[in-house]
Amino acid sequence: MHPVLATILKRIGLGVLTLFVVSVIIFSAVNMLPGDFGEAVLGQAATEETVAAFRRELGLDQHPVMRYVQWVGGVLQGDLGTSFSGRAASGVDRSRAVVDLVLPRLNNTLFLAAMTAIIAVPLALFLGITAALWRNSFYDKSASALTLTTISFPEFFVAYILILLLGTLYPMFPSLATVQPDMGLGERIYTAVLPALTLTLVIVAHMMRMTRAAIINLLASDYIEMARLKGESPRQVILRHALPNAWAPIATVIAFNLAYLVVGVVVVEVVFVYPGVGQLMVDAVSSRDIPVVQACALFFAATYIILNLIADVIGIVTNPRLLHPR
Amino acid sequence: MSDTSKMQPDTYSAASEVGAVRTRRTWSQRAWITLKKAPFSAWLGMIIIAFYVFVALFAPLLAPYAEADSSFAAYAPWSSDHLLGTDQIGRDVFSRLIYGARNTMGIALITTILAFVIGGGFGLLAAITRNWVDQVISRFVDVLMAIPSLIFALMLLSIFGSNAISLIVIIAVLDSTRVFRLTRAVAINVVVMDYVEAARLRGEKLGWIMRREILPNIMPPLVAEFGLRFCFVFLTIAALSFLGVGIQPPTADWGSMVRENASLIQFAQFDLRAGITPLIPAAAIAIITVGVNFVVDWFLHHTSGLRDEH
Repeated sequence: MHPVLATILKRIGLGVLTLFVVSVIIFSAVNMLPGDFGEAVLGQAATEETVAAFRRELGLDQHPVMRYVQWVGGVLQGDLGTSFSGRAASGVDRSRAVVDLVLPRLNNTLFLAAMTAIIAVPLALFLGITAALWRNSFYDKSASALTLTTISFPEFFVAYILILLLGTLYPMFPSLATVQPDMGLGERIYTAVLPALTLTLVIVAHMMRMTRAAIINLLASDYIEMARLKGESPRQVILRHALPNAWAPIATVIAFNLAYLVVGVVVVEVVFVYPGVGQLMVDAVSSRDIPVVQACALFFAATYIILNLIADVIGIVTNPRLLHPR
Repeated sequence: MSDTSKMQPDTYSAASEVGAVRTRRTWSQRAWITLKKAPFSAWLGMIIIAFYVFVALFAPLLAPYAEADSSFAAYAPWSSDHLLGTDQIGRDVFSRLIYGARNTMGIALITTILAFVIGGGFGLLAAITRNWVDQVISRFVDVLMAIPSLIFALMLLSIFGSNAISLIVIIAVLDSTRVFRLTRAVAINVVVMDYVEAARLRGEKLGWIMRREILPNIMPPLVAEFGLRFCFVFLTIAALSFLGVGIQPPTADWGSMVRENASLIQFAQFDLRAGITPLIPAAAIAIITVGVNFVVDWFLHHTSGLRDEH
């Protein structure tokens, strides 16, 4: 087998293993609940029979391994269980399927993340690479100072500054990004400008610093020095010698920041009341609606793991040392 | 040294300087010499930290009103009675800001210390033993780090409920993974040194080797990491409190203060000061983070060549 293929398969196998372990951890969340949580969900007036019925519905009378297999089987078929909320002590069950809660919000979150990524990734790469090439110039130093400050700011601080400036003092964009399912694309984008801008500012700062560090690290290596000493033009040095080795670090930087974006979305969605998965998760945590929390955690964790996996695979595929084995 | 004693007092002699009894500078003298050479940004950072610590320690003396005293009119504007106005149930915002320094920084500090005790302890253990113990802990840490820590923290908080103790323990355990990685990485280089081998051969116990042989030699990166980790923990706790699942009322804390007063922003057109009020606790979080970062940057630069340039 080609060594590249072998390495990629090994990495994918590791990723699947990680996903499995993470799903076990998220699954066991229900097991860690205190014993009387049935009453907490159904209310003080719940009779013993309703509590017992509720526990049976969750399958708490079965062996954990059996339940895990059923749970994973359900997840793979798009069944994430039913929400804890909407249940009453009398046994009346108005709870909704978790899938119906999560799916519409999933689209919104992915839309926001995609909108941010389309602006942030090219911008950050451009800023990072130029800062690395013109190192220690005024441009580089002011960009570094600015990004260090932005990184130190909590997301909600950036968000509220933007709301204050662009939402109330000079009203240009809506400060509440309540997108509706029936909105057109243009209206959707207009509504989501402020959250996307907040995320862009935070992500660009991180990404630019990491890109800059990666490129500087690369340009300091011996073979680049060698290429320069051979008398090649700066363009040739960058395109032919630096770039092939730069894809891996750049892919890592992008994936890492997209993964970071997935997490940053939570706070920003809450600030702008954007109906996404992050907001749903926070609401579910407050009301201790475990099935919804599990579904959201599974979504975030899976996205995070898969993005990191993609970055590693790109790093392997573009690695010149693996592509041309001796 | 008979001839040097006859020497004139105001002439310089290399022989006398070499012959003089060398006095080692005291710790405070050396610290002062290092500090004098510190750049402006580091000084600024240290002044910010000192100021915050002062406010946190003397909060009850500095604050005009009690932390949870809600006996005033709600949403009062800025005035001489209430420097920053009052919040939605009539608590003095300025007093809560001061108490917030104590609560938010105190919890973040306890969490960071706990994270270092757990992560550092296991990191040293893994680096020294390098056997199945190391393998088990390392793989466990790999899995923990595969889930974004904010998401993990949210999930665990939904199970154990939002209170200060579970907040501290959950964040400390999640953050100890990074401390573990760093400690293990730097300690592995020290474990192979001859003096560690010597200590082992003369029969020192594991605790002694961890504490007296290895720990002093990996201190600089750990101290720098402590500063960065503190910032990170601080921001995480602020974010969780902002989301309403962190530090719970009536305890004053900056993250939840932002959330509670956020609706004031919409009045910025009529009264700019009211619009700024919710931003002040957020700015307080940002400033201490910038301050700690400045000091850590200088410290790293001073103790090693860990930075990418120069």
